[in-house]
Amino acid sequence: MKKLLSLLVAFLVIGGLTACSSGSGEKVAETIKIGVNLELTGDVSVYGIPERNAFEQATAEINAAGGIDGKLVELVIYDNAYDQAKAVQNTEKLIEDGVVAILGSATSGMTLAIAPLAKDNGLVVFTPSGTNSAVTMDGTNVNPWAFRACFIDPFQGQVLANFASGDLGAKNAVVMVNSGSEYSKELARIFTEQFTANGGKVVETASYADADTDYKASLTSIATKSFEVLFVADYAKNAGLIIGQARSTAGLETVNIIGPDGFEDPALNDLAGGAQNVSNVFFSTHFSTLSNDQQVADFVKSHAAFTLEKYGKAEVPSALTALAYDAAYMLFKAIDNADSTDPAAIRDALEALEAFDGVTGDISFDKFHNAVKPAFLIELNNGVPVNATIVNP
Amino acid sequence: MKNVLNKRNLITLVIIGVLFFVVQLLIKERIITAYMRSNIYWIGIYIILGLSLNMIIGITGQLSLGHAGFMSIGAFAAAVVLKTNPTLTGLFIGIGIGVLISLAVSFVVAVPTLRLKGDYLAIATLGVAEIIRIVLNNLSVTGGASGISNIKMLMSWPLLYTFVILTIFLTHNFKNSAIGRACISIKEDEIAAEAMGINTTKYKVIAFMFGAALAAMAGSLFSTTYYIVKPDSFGVNTSINILILVVFGGMGSLSGTIIATFIIGLVNIVLQPYAEIRMILYALILIIVMIFRPQGLLGSQELSTKLLPNFKWKRKEKSS
Repeated sequence: MKKLLSLLVAFLVIGGLTACSSGSGEKVAETIKIGVNLELTGDVSVYGIPERNAFEQATAEINAAGGIDGKLVELVIYDNAYDQAKAVQNTEKLIEDGVVAILGSATSGMTLAIAPLAKDNGLVVFTPSGTNSAVTMDGTNVNPWAFRACFIDPFQGQVLANFASGDLGAKNAVVMVNSGSEYSKELARIFTEQFTANGGKVVETASYADADTDYKASLTSIATKSFEVLFVADYAKNAGLIIGQARSTAGLETVNIIGPDGFEDPALNDLAGGAQNVSNVFFSTHFSTLSNDQQVADFVKSHAAFTLEKYGKAEVPSALTALAYDAAYMLFKAIDNADSTDPAAIRDALEALEAFDGVTGDISFDKFHNAVKPAFLIELNNGVPVNATIVNP
Repeated sequence: MKNVLNKRNLITLVIIGVLFFVVQLLIKERIITAYMRSNIYWIGIYIILGLSLNMIIGITGQLSLGHAGFMSIGAFAAAVVLKTNPTLTGLFIGIGIGVLISLAVSFVVAVPTLRLKGDYLAIATLGVAEIIRIVLNNLSVTGGASGISNIKMLMSWPLLYTFVILTIFLTHNFKNSAIGRACISIKEDEIAAEAMGINTTKYKVIAFMFGAALAAMAGSLFSTTYYIVKPDSFGVNTSINILILVVFGGMGSLSGTIIATFIIGLVNIVLQPYAEIRMILYALILIIVMIFRPQGLLGSQELSTKLLPNFKWKRKEKSS
């Protein structure tokens, strides 16, 4: 009897849920369905959730303005939990749901899992933030159906090297690289190439493991070298600790530390042992609310209002939010330009977009479908962003 | 010796054949959609993983928490071979290489740890899975932390079905062989088994290597189904997910593992649109089952064609 009861409870729960889902499925026929495949739960949900919020805001705005060519936009959102099996299954489901294009995923890994499938089914997959150079590629050719709204890591490495030798006037640099991270290794390699090409010299490259927390030994050895800029090619998890420990190492108290977009993390100051340690720190990123562009100011305001109303908490847009917001609008523009909801027409129109005026700058695609757009260089003073310099490609 | 082609085996063969052709027809007629098909692939791959872990945990009673590590060996072996040879032959070569590496690694782990009694294997396997993951993270041939992408998709229903039936056949025969019986006796009481003259270490090592080899095979199928492999897909969470299938279905019950995988696959499908509450409901269902069926769905019983005549006989008895 007990067994029956347990089964009954389980099935009632499931049954109740399916009932809800079939009820909400009936919509007016005249909508444009756009699929969203994001990491909403699991290890990297911090990337997926801001992007979903931005997609929903863009959709709400375009629908309030009358939709695209008179048709309302409807998002079909599925969570892939940072699991490639789920990402693939979601994509199959989205194709069955009749979506005209897919927005997502937030990470390169998940986008790589869905891009071949989207290609086989002739559907655009547009990632706001997948920076791995393989995302838009199919072997050595471009994957005609895969696009991204962000610049890729090699560009960041170049921008940082140019910033170090130009704005900071550095001749000698030290690079710290996480040997367990592709992101870190690629950035370090490109930075070294560009910095050397600019006439500078990388006097030392120090490697560490992803799980390291004590960098004192290598920082003390670095401090004996003569250099003007320290490049920490990593995410805040390690970079924060490195900044904090560098500031308490004799000789490194005020040295300029530069880093990639991985520095942009609310936890950076805490990891560095307090905001007072985070000065003379610069990083490159996709977006800054410091920009004096009117469009950015409007977006910051409207995003706060939208998230407050929809989720009960006003959010400040991050780089991911802004990239997703631009990706959604670029797709809307492409559908509008195509005057059609045919996936192939949308693809052609998206590829043809030139200098799209987004909140992260003017965006075009190069021949590998990477976004060509400016980078923002942010200066942190006492842990607070004080200055944003726009670096054009 | 009984004839191999007895009535029961014939019934089993007919069921296997009919199931294959029914599903094949449904796929051809597009009644089973691409989405359902990719869920069937998931279920099939996890049936293999569940059954292979059941050999270690359910049959021999040794707790292993590193199954995803052996899965990743197979996944990366197949991915590397498929990058240069994107054909079925390439896949089979990849499976072969993966199974061999997995056998070697599991042998190295098992021999020292399985000489001990108790749960030392759990910690050792946990460590080994981490070592495998970190090695893959830093190996350039496997693409480092970002793994290998654009793997040729070769998965199909006939391929999946062949491997699932092969696994069921192998694990079923293992369980009912002299080795399997020895393993079960180790699970029941290791000291008594030793007193009966069973070389416990030897049989524990055999069961562990057998499970690890099958896990590598499932990993190879995984990599040709989902286009990419990356080391962080094979963390301890994946190991726990496989463990759940075994515990949920009933330790030592092969059919229990299969049924459990089906149920969890279905729960995943039903809960797919509810990102936020999915994990809560999923956990809730597991808790409810564990409260009412702590031994798992089937305990250590099996659902097989053996039950058919018994079933009739029981009904008769009741009515009289």
